[in-house]
Amino acid sequence: MKLKLLTKALAVAAVAMPLTTAVADAYELVIPATVYRTGPYAPNGIPFANGYGDYYKMLNERDGGIEGVKIKYIECETAYNTKQGVECYENTKGTPPSGGLVYQPLSTGITYQLIPKATEDKIPVFSMGYGRTSAANGKVFPYIFNLPATYWDQASVFIKYIGEKEGGMDKLKGKKIALVYHNSAYGKEPIRTLEELSKKHGFELMLLAVDHPGQEQKATWLQIRRERPDWTMMWGWGVMNQVAIKEAASIRYPMDKFIGVWWSGSENDVLPAGDDANGYLSGAFHAAGDNFRAHDDIKKFVYDKGNGGGDRDRIGEVLYNRGMVAAMWTSEAIRTAMRMHNTKEPTSEQVRDGFEALDVDAKRLAVLGLEGFTYPVKITCENHTGPGKVALQQWDAKAKKWSFVSDFYTADREVVDALIKEDSENYAKENNITPRTCN
Amino acid sequence: MFYREAGQFKTSYNADQAIFTITQDKFFVGAFLLIAFGVVPFFINDYWANAILIHVLVYALAGLGLNILTGYCGQVSLGTGGFMAVGAYASYKLTTSFPELNFIVAILLSGGITACVGVIFGLPSLRIKGFYLAVATLAAQFFLVWLFNKVGWFFNYSPTGMIVSPPREVFGFLVTGPEASPAVRYLFCLSVVTVFALAAKNIVRGRVGRSWMAIRDMDIAAELIGIRPLEAKLTAFAVSSFYVGVAGALYFNVWLGSAEPTEAFDIFQSFFVLFIVIIGGLGSILGSFLGAAFMVLVPITLKTIMVDGMGFAVGAAKHVEVMLLGSLIIFFLIVEPHGLARLWQILKEKLRKWPFPY
Repeated sequence: MKLKLLTKALAVAAVAMPLTTAVADAYELVIPATVYRTGPYAPNGIPFANGYGDYYKMLNERDGGIEGVKIKYIECETAYNTKQGVECYENTKGTPPSGGLVYQPLSTGITYQLIPKATEDKIPVFSMGYGRTSAANGKVFPYIFNLPATYWDQASVFIKYIGEKEGGMDKLKGKKIALVYHNSAYGKEPIRTLEELSKKHGFELMLLAVDHPGQEQKATWLQIRRERPDWTMMWGWGVMNQVAIKEAASIRYPMDKFIGVWWSGSENDVLPAGDDANGYLSGAFHAAGDNFRAHDDIKKFVYDKGNGGGDRDRIGEVLYNRGMVAAMWTSEAIRTAMRMHNTKEPTSEQVRDGFEALDVDAKRLAVLGLEGFTYPVKITCENHTGPGKVALQQWDAKAKKWSFVSDFYTADREVVDALIKEDSENYAKENNITPRTCN
Repeated sequence: MFYREAGQFKTSYNADQAIFTITQDKFFVGAFLLIAFGVVPFFINDYWANAILIHVLVYALAGLGLNILTGYCGQVSLGTGGFMAVGAYASYKLTTSFPELNFIVAILLSGGITACVGVIFGLPSLRIKGFYLAVATLAAQFFLVWLFNKVGWFFNYSPTGMIVSPPREVFGFLVTGPEASPAVRYLFCLSVVTVFALAAKNIVRGRVGRSWMAIRDMDIAAELIGIRPLEAKLTAFAVSSFYVGVAGALYFNVWLGSAEPTEAFDIFQSFFVLFIVIIGGLGSILGSFLGAAFMVLVPITLKTIMVDGMGFAVGAAKHVEVMLLGSLIIFFLIVEPHGLARLWQILKEKLRKWPFPY
């Protein structure tokens, strides 16, 4: 008898499968988010998801959405797993009334997965500063946007910074620079650029892979202790960052010569190492801290009403702000699309046009309450990355604060653009894509 | 009442040796295949194809492969993820190096290459048994994934080490790449899995399958009655790896479309397929399908019920889902240690006597 009950229960469960209720009284802008609040990368996924979601909630409360149309923000948990990302994408892309307008995968694996699929479905993917670097070529990747800068921009900016500190790019000759990277598509992205740059400037590049999830790095850091590279860069994510910074501290590696990618530069990454992390550097394209008007609005319209995604005192952390800036550019793109096409009911294709015409200048940032939060971004049909500028921020362990220690550098365009051209053309050839023309 | 075979007489050897000897079984399987081939393709959409049906089919095929090795021949393997990677990378190299090669041939060749690799890693099984063999195959898992991550030739020197499946056609229909329609991809996977399941069913009923089972049950006794362990074990490794390799090729080409070795073929992949085999039922073809359906559908169903039905926060739902899945697995293993296939068998016997069990 037990068995029959069981089969009945299973049958009921199977019938209750995805029955999306289509009750739509007013048009809403559906923005799905593939988040990871569980799994090995959750410590980084949670603040980003909170910032991303809170900004939309704030827009809904403060402005009644975008141009008066409410945002329907839906989350889907991926645990940073590509297979679950596929399920999430298929599950959410048709959500009524507008269907998923834009995806922010926040995972290199899922981004690679979505590039062909979303292009086919005509849904833009906004892989903000991650994913496939050569997607910067809008002629080959019409639906993929990776503003405001790519990993290759960043790698070349780090070399520029190092050159400046060493007293000129010609001083790089004979120096030894190490790259500690997550042994995955994400971590391998900068290698080709760094190899080109090492040929150009004559420094020696030392590659050290760390396997997922990155808790075991003793051997890597022993090697660094033995070889003593002049500078070390890191492409890490999740627990790998914390472990690397702790290990670096334990071999007394000078922190001000240790630079992390912008995904390796949040409070989560440096706090476990305590005072030892003082002086650690990382890339950044927006400010840290909660002293902007948009933050006040989020506190007032979201947290005071008890709708916040996370803890109130964690507003303004680096990754929270990164989620916010992603939401800001996304909502501005949707706004641009609505104005361009003069519609209150934009489709995902129109949102793509909005991204391509995105122009968030300093004046607009001030209107949004984010004056000086990031730099102006303008996207064109050929260039889906925009300015490609990166600054360096440094951790102050006493004050527990990140602050900028450099201006926004522009990347070594000569090297990076040639690589983007080469890689995107390869992709076009492999997949029988004829690059479109831009005029 | 439903499964009474009274009155069904077998009048020839052929009838006695049929796969499904009872009319009801024939009817059920026939109707199931008819719906799967004739009805589902008309209603399938992206979600059902990508998230559910192709997902289940690919894992069912991998489960079949591991079941041959572990369930029928008794050799525990934790290298499934690695062997799937061999299939995927072999198909990638074949389809990109020889664009005009027929896709079906490419898939079969990748299976063949995986079979060769499987035999090499199966050699230690002649000397070591049980847990020790599991550890040896674990080495295969780590070595193969490391190899595909390290050596540029395997991923055509792409800067990230990702492999992307190029668009390929079968009988004029696109089966890979983003433009392939969900119905075509589903039908392609279904056809491959059906043919392979039928083949597996016949192999395990025949001489080879019986020698595997003899080795599984007691290898010394099997040797005494004239079964050569070398031949039996290595054929099991070869056939199993062939299946797993084809599953890997479908997994990469038809289902995901792109893959990176460290994530798509990691150790969890091996455990996932092992769970499928254990929950479905060791030594059962049907079990591979039931296990795959269970392992794929239960998490998605739980998630859908909790998030869409009950309004849970996604993070909380995920935690609850993991706990529930774990307890369900333990529950099923306690209720029926021989897996879901055995449950189905018990159900059939009950149906036969129902409603008058005594």
